[in-house]
Amino acid sequence: MSISPNILADLQQIWSYQFMQNAIEAGTLTAIVAGVTGYFVVLRRSAFTAHAFSEIGFAGAAWAVLSGIPPLAGLLLGSNLGGLGIALLGRRATNRDTQIGIVLAFSLGLGLLFISLYSGYATQTYSILFGEILGVSYDQVLETIVAAVGILIGVGIIYRPLLFASLDEDVAEAKGMPMLTLGIAFMIIVAVAVSFAVQVTGVLLVFSLMVTPGATAQYLARRPSRAIAASVLIALLATWIGLFLSFYTPYPVSFFITAEVFVFYLFVRFVFVRFRWEKISPGTILKSPSDRSG
Amino acid sequence: MAMLEGGREATGTKSSLITAQNLSAGYSGRRIWSDVSFSFGRGEFVAVIGPNGAGKTTLFRVLLGLQRPLGGSILVFGEPPRRGNPHIGYIPQRHTIDTETNVECLELVRLGLSGTQWGFNPLAHHDRDAALSALESAGAADLAHRRLGALSGGELQRIFLAEALVSDPDILLLDEPLSNLDIRREMELLHLVNNVVRTRGVTALLIAHNINPLLPHMNKVMYAANGKMATGKPAEVLTSESLTRLYGVQVEVLKDPHGNVAIIPVEEHHGNVP
Repeated sequence: MSISPNILADLQQIWSYQFMQNAIEAGTLTAIVAGVTGYFVVLRRSAFTAHAFSEIGFAGAAWAVLSGIPPLAGLLLGSNLGGLGIALLGRRATNRDTQIGIVLAFSLGLGLLFISLYSGYATQTYSILFGEILGVSYDQVLETIVAAVGILIGVGIIYRPLLFASLDEDVAEAKGMPMLTLGIAFMIIVAVAVSFAVQVTGVLLVFSLMVTPGATAQYLARRPSRAIAASVLIALLATWIGLFLSFYTPYPVSFFITAEVFVFYLFVRFVFVRFRWEKISPGTILKSPSDRSG
Repeated sequence: MAMLEGGREATGTKSSLITAQNLSAGYSGRRIWSDVSFSFGRGEFVAVIGPNGAGKTTLFRVLLGLQRPLGGSILVFGEPPRRGNPHIGYIPQRHTIDTETNVECLELVRLGLSGTQWGFNPLAHHDRDAALSALESAGAADLAHRRLGALSGGELQRIFLAEALVSDPDILLLDEPLSNLDIRREMELLHLVNNVVRTRGVTALLIAHNINPLLPHMNKVMYAANGKMATGKPAEVLTSESLTRLYGVQVEVLKDPHGNVAIIPVEEHHGNVP
């Protein structure tokens, strides 16, 4: 297979492979879900939490491999337990970073133990760590559809209260919003989204779909609905282009996705934003918190 | 709900929106203040003054229904406080919003109205109109499309005021909105709040450390110290006798020609200095 100048013919060629169809479908669904939830992850400064889910999920997946059940089941179990635990700790716990870091390190250690106990092939471990979108089965695509629909409905239901609680927790609480329930619902949504994103990017690279598109989108739009749309679009394009490039090169999809979102983030953060904001309010990007009184 | 309507009808009569009888509050095992009685009517601007830890924020938490009183009775709109009362607007005590929050101000103000609603309706725009008019009232119409993270302290307080006003409340609880503001921004914000109180007939309670900037605007003062609160008209509370009773040490209230007050302990330099 080699790339031709005729993009349409290339796409036809890609689509003629069942594994590429599966990969594109699962990748598209995952990108949409990761783009939507990633916006809130960034808005709530929960990137580290999202990363922790994937590592707790790794321990779960390694355990699942060892026990002969599907890794996805272990991932979901691990990340959801982690999500529940972190949500119950509460968003206010000031040293939560530390606690998450402690749990994260232990989870990775557990995962390592399970892998060393497993006498089989190491490729499964590798694919959990770095993603294996090209190995997604048709059944996994169906599972991803169910999860994506569930997550999008969930986000739709808690959309405004979640936004409110993310921007102004104290007032939202005073207005009677159930903060603990909201926190748990959001963490479960993120845990499920992370578990499916791991199929595409792997445990170690999940940031590239869960955090970078959301972070980039915040610089592109100031209205949450538009920023979420931008976040989804970035995740989608990165996934599609990554799949396309990796089809014609010997390099892994995950690498292309991480590289694309990173380069685009740099462009938006340092080129696009300067050009756009300086017309409105000069120098705001450089302001530190200490300059802001008065 | 009927009681609530009763509270709203009280506009004409001078009956009170907030009434407390022998109220005491604190956390289990630790009483912060006790035996506090007061009553505030519609359109009153009340300054809540006192040192850190005197329980000013606790009073707000009780009014908001976030904390149960330890004793006594408290009625807001004629019924016990309940969490999430849409007729109370609230600005919590806080420092700032993360500088990296790239969300426009209008969105936060909209959420003050629609942020409590579940579900997602991309076509709903009534909250947008209400938010724009609240921004207008708070003197922040020009900030509508600015990023929250890029605002100065004074601008941010105006956005929080708009967020509190957007649900058209009858009571405003403002917890130290003046901290971090320089004298000019302080005066500007007080004028805005005073304007809201007068034009909308809102009852506002404002926590501050220094009473002097508030003197031209306020109708009543609550002075918190020493586990007690003295409440009344400024002329009644800001006297040597009343504050001496409150602090439990001899203090003297001095007035300068402009009406500014200074509260000074008369005893030697030990004891309970405010």
